[in-house]
Amino acid sequence: MNFKAVWAIYFFEMTRFFRTIGQSLISPVISTSLYFVVFGTAIGSRIQEVDGISYGAFIVPGLIMLSVMTQSLSNASFGIYFPKFMGTIYELLSSPVNFVEIVLGYVGAAATKALFIGLVILATSALFVDLQIDHPLAMLAFLILTCLSFSLFGFIIGIWAGNFEQLQLIPLLVVTPLVFLGGAFYSISMLPPVWQSVSFFNPVVYLISGFRWSFYGAADVPIGLSLLAISGFTLLCMVIIGLIFKTGYKIKP
Amino acid sequence: MAIVEIRDFEKTYAGGFQALKGVTLDIEEGEILALLGPNGAGKTTLISAVCGLVSPTGGTAKIGGHDVVSDYRAARSLVGLVPQEIALDQFSKVADAVRFTRGLFGLPRDEAHIEDILKKLSLWDKRNERILALSGGMKRRVLIAKALSHSPRVLFLDEPTAGVDVELRRDMWEIVADLKKDGVTIILTTHYIEEAEAIADRIGVINGGALLLVENKDALMARMGKKELQITLREPVTSIPKTLASYALTLSEEGEMITYSFDAQGEATGITALIADLSKAGLKLADLHTKQSSLEEIFVGLVGESAA
Ligand SMILES: Nc1ncnc2c1ncn2[C@@H]1O[C@H](COP(=O)(O)OP(=O)(O)OP(=O)(O)O)[C@@H](O)[C@H]1O
Ligand SMILES: [Mg+2]
Repeated sequence: MNFKAVWAIYFFEMTRFFRTIGQSLISPVISTSLYFVVFGTAIGSRIQEVDGISYGAFIVPGLIMLSVMTQSLSNASFGIYFPKFMGTIYELLSSPVNFVEIVLGYVGAAATKALFIGLVILATSALFVDLQIDHPLAMLAFLILTCLSFSLFGFIIGIWAGNFEQLQLIPLLVVTPLVFLGGAFYSISMLPPVWQSVSFFNPVVYLISGFRWSFYGAADVPIGLSLLAISGFTLLCMVIIGLIFKTGYKIKP
Repeated sequence: MAIVEIRDFEKTYAGGFQALKGVTLDIEEGEILALLGPNGAGKTTLISAVCGLVSPTGGTAKIGGHDVVSDYRAARSLVGLVPQEIALDQFSKVADAVRFTRGLFGLPRDEAHIEDILKKLSLWDKRNERILALSGGMKRRVLIAKALSHSPRVLFLDEPTAGVDVELRRDMWEIVADLKKDGVTIILTTHYIEEAEAIADRIGVINGGALLLVENKDALMARMGKKELQITLREPVTSIPKTLASYALTLSEEGEMITYSFDAQGEATGITALIADLSKAGLKLADLHTKQSSLEEIFVGLVGESAA
């Protein structure tokens, strides 16, 4: 295992992040605050409580998940798309590193950034609502697993994308709707029965539900199922990445 | 044992185009090999397939005895690559870019080594500049610095002097000569034949994905080199005298110069007899001058032949 190479990639990516740390942090903080103003205040004044939790507090896990997922995706997809686009990928391909090391470096960095932003949003939320975290360890585990799996997914998108439009296509067209419809801002149980059944085909429901459980102990789906879903998704992404490197898909003619 | 052993190396791109048609080539440790060939000949494909940027579809390549596919870690550890296109992270600082490559090769930080490389390449003053602030020639040097960051034993330079001014080109030749002194094996591609003539030990000519020849530069020039004897006459003539018809002579338009082509390697050049016959024919000589055909003429001849 070439750990020095993993570190070189990780360090390089993190440097890029810290170079623009202001932008990286300001936008999630502002958008979170806006969500609280709009959802928490405007809608929250009509929906008093969900599952016995104030609406403002109820949306915190969903908000964090929304940001962490989109951040993981964009960080990781951009991270690997950029060397491909600029041609600097030649360096990775001609150095004595294997794909596990490349993935560890890029995905590790993308996940770290997303985790960082997730924690910043958590802290921001604490300014608006009274937070309660029943299972802090489970909360962290869910957060880290989500960062990791969506960064892996982002890595795949970055390799697949042939241009900047495609880079944003999947996050915009697939992931954001799935997150919004995944119970980030409401409990699935508030939906009519038909839509409840449809929702259970949305993988994001399991993640948000599990994450919310770690805060308030209340969940739409059993916590074991949530864990299974996220682990399965992580595994699937790993297998796909393995195949990508085995065949050289889009990186090695 | 050759440090680079390429056997029946083939590459057919996904579209079905065969860019390498079974290249076999041995490169000895410490030599400078120049690969010449027209655009699209397959030079970059050959280098890319050896270095891991392109998957070969047939044959094998070994570096230091390690197969570049099955034992890629060991093989690549020995190799530095300077690609044809400038590809750099524009926001990185020069020294950081070089450190990054060294890290990829799994080596610990070594500031003294980085300083040494940057100084050798006249980049030391620029070490804290962002790459986007450098000129094109400087960027090419950064690529070389990166390729040298892990002290490779084999260095591939794909058109290192493309778009580089005359002065910088001379610098580049010096850098290559210095590296050779340190025992680095260098494979470079170029379109400047005078460059190959100036720095290479051996020359390979590639066209249409096939290696037409690889030969010691001097031997190649001697073997392929036709010499010409140019004879300037004191008084112009209107035609070559009949008594000289047995020689391969051409007369210039003004009639003051006769050119005699001969094989420099042949046992008898026929010069002595020619001179005697010239004076017998009553021609007075003003000047004699021999000229050796350049590598460029050889190259154009070879590539033309293979195309025909
Ligand atoms: N990724 C690719 N897919 C398909 N064909 C390719 C690819 N890369 C190169 N080729 C083709 O392979 C042939 C050899 O290209 P290569 O880049 O090796 O030439 P070269 O000798 O380096 O030329 P130049 O002097 O212009 O750099 C060309 O016909 C080129 O069009
Ligand atoms: Mg080329």
